[in-house]
Amino acid sequence: MPIDLAREKYSGSVYTVELGGTSAAGGTRDSVIKIGGETTLPFLFEEGSMPNSPVVGLEIFDCEPTDWPDGLKNEIGDALKDPIKWAKKCVGDFGSKFLCVRLISAHPDWGGRSANDAIAFLKSLLQEVKVPLVIIGCGDAQVDNELLAKASQATKNEKCILGIASQNNYKTLTASCLADGHSIIATSPVDVNIAKQVNILISDMGLDPKRIVMDPTTASLGYGMEYVYSIMERARLSALAGDKMLSMPFILFIGQEVWRVKEAKDSTPLGIKWEIATAAAMLQSGADILVMRHPVAAQATSKYIDGIMKR
Amino acid sequence: MALSGLDIYKLLPKTNCKECGYATCLAFAMALAQKKASLDKCPHVTLKAKEALESASQPPIKLVTIGVGEKKLEMGNETVMYRHEQKFYHPTGIGFLIEDTLDLDKIQEVISKINSLSFERVGLTIRPDLVCIKNSSGDKDKFVKAAEAAVSKTGLNIALYSDDAAKILEALKICKDRKPLMICGDISKLDEFGKIAKENSVAIAVTFSNIEELAQLTDRVKKSGVEEIVLNIKTDSLWKRIQDATSIRRTALKKNLRPLGYPVMAFTNTSEADLELAEAVSYVAKYVSLVIVKSIEKDFVFPILVARQDIYTDPQKPVQVEPKIYEIGKVTKDSPVLVTTNFSITYFTVAGEVEASKVPTYIVCCDAEGMSVLTAWAAEKFTAEKIAESIKTNGIADKVSHKKIVIPGYVAVLSGKLEELSGWTVEVGPREASGLPAYLKGWK
Repeated sequence: MPIDLAREKYSGSVYTVELGGTSAAGGTRDSVIKIGGETTLPFLFEEGSMPNSPVVGLEIFDCEPTDWPDGLKNEIGDALKDPIKWAKKCVGDFGSKFLCVRLISAHPDWGGRSANDAIAFLKSLLQEVKVPLVIIGCGDAQVDNELLAKASQATKNEKCILGIASQNNYKTLTASCLADGHSIIATSPVDVNIAKQVNILISDMGLDPKRIVMDPTTASLGYGMEYVYSIMERARLSALAGDKMLSMPFILFIGQEVWRVKEAKDSTPLGIKWEIATAAAMLQSGADILVMRHPVAAQATSKYIDGIMKR
Repeated sequence: MALSGLDIYKLLPKTNCKECGYATCLAFAMALAQKKASLDKCPHVTLKAKEALESASQPPIKLVTIGVGEKKLEMGNETVMYRHEQKFYHPTGIGFLIEDTLDLDKIQEVISKINSLSFERVGLTIRPDLVCIKNSSGDKDKFVKAAEAAVSKTGLNIALYSDDAAKILEALKICKDRKPLMICGDISKLDEFGKIAKENSVAIAVTFSNIEELAQLTDRVKKSGVEEIVLNIKTDSLWKRIQDATSIRRTALKKNLRPLGYPVMAFTNTSEADLELAEAVSYVAKYVSLVIVKSIEKDFVFPILVARQDIYTDPQKPVQVEPKIYEIGKVTKDSPVLVTTNFSITYFTVAGEVEASKVPTYIVCCDAEGMSVLTAWAAEKFTAEKIAESIKTNGIADKVSHKKIVIPGYVAVLSGKLEELSGWTVEVGPREASGLPAYLKGWK
């Protein structure tokens, strides 16, 4: 006698976002990565589908990351002093399918390099690596408004994902993404209502909801990870129930959060495991894009995703 | 699944005889639903109604206990699918697989290493729960010797795993009083296993690879008189294991299907430690009540235990520390005073950095309802008014001879108003706790 299992059937689905513009789109990237599209909670293939694998990419800076713990720096080595070499190593040696570029050198605390210098770097990066790019500003709202507008122009048609737009600062970046064909990262402080609000504000400016990814705010394992876990779960359940303004895929900045906690700073082997464990938990709550820092952790996570996606 | 008053009313005689002490059967039904009355008060209730009510009052997922005393492992009795709905009650047990094909010396070495796996975190000690002795050798003596090593060398709970019930019976002779879990590896011998579990009053884990057959299996075990059952998932693919654990939980909760109303366990399927870690964490997140892993390295076990701590935190009640003055190191009247919130992760992160700085320091934790600095600030729980109030009433003025407080860099915006309200000089500290050692060393 077969048993009558309780299965969920959802009416909604997550939007599919495309990262990377190939020559067909007027860009120079060598691949298009599709993100999102789920019609079920993570990996529940008997209840719906997950047409696109969650994807892992490494993060690079446009200058030497002086604040990274030694264990993390040592893994990448001398290439850290030259961001182009660093980027090539991430793609060539570590197999990163996309890169997350943080234009941090323009931040006043990081030397306050001019936006033009950062853009010159970005242009040569486009020449040297061909994977799709996620581009993040320096974190200073005023600087970023100018910097990201220029970055957007410089990467026109490359179909990057640009960030980070917040409830208080989204207009300039949304306008750039609209003009240059990029997607946008919409952040919210571990809050479903604000997440929805930012998505609405950005969509109201005319940007296709299929060009928004949500940053729910990342927290490391042991440092509030469970808050993010539950916020993502709630947002994803709403999306699957049909709420279009919460139906965007999630991006998580795993590496950034993990490598500033005590456990990771004190011990690199533990830090690697900490980064993998944080990523694994976020995958179970619906992460679509994972930005990571330690190549070993990123590779292991990628391999784990291949395993769990195998039908 | 609890019945409503109306559901119960339908099962009562509806005669309004008042013998239960209530004016009507409906009033009595309402009292039953609120657990204010007991069904024995009704002299006319039918046996059928009694059974229905008793079964409805049982939790949809059976509570199963392995072991005895302080370290016993309780599994099941969960009530929700998502932690934001309420909370998860019984944290996933973490156990280690020990195969009896290892030399006895090696087994003892492994067990002593497992015993040392204990970690301090946010004021709590976290450690694994169980060792699972598996009869991979097929040999009785080796199995019993390995079990003996576990019994004598560790206080952790024990699971005994074999395809042969007779061998488990032998091992049970030496550890029955520890109330181990017996894991039945061969379901064709399930009745034999069930009999032994019943006679020795231990819980039994039923290994299944096809969820469709599971209800029949648990029914068979239940018929042999065993109440405490665990469902051991042994599907090959990783996604299917998550799917099965989810389907079992959902079916037990939503359909109240008794044969699936038991806690779930799983052995990790991957052997590369990094992948095994990701697999184990996903089980902790998704409804598995006991995970048995292979690796025993500290760096592997610690994150799994922390993941469990995170997922099983009560979402309605952030882990808080008492709002008061904490003294780190040998403080004097000239020691710095840091102000932060009473969210436990915030406090322990700050306290950890202060300890590392070796600068004796006071930490004033304000009552921010257990929120972190930025969240509390945004929610107006960590305001100039609130901080000024704590400074004035907590007695810090009697402990130091200066009038300077340091606030987190993220809330620098509070300084002006806080100076005005408190009369103390407000200094802006680093944004992140990690900046504290350098800051405190330079503090005057």
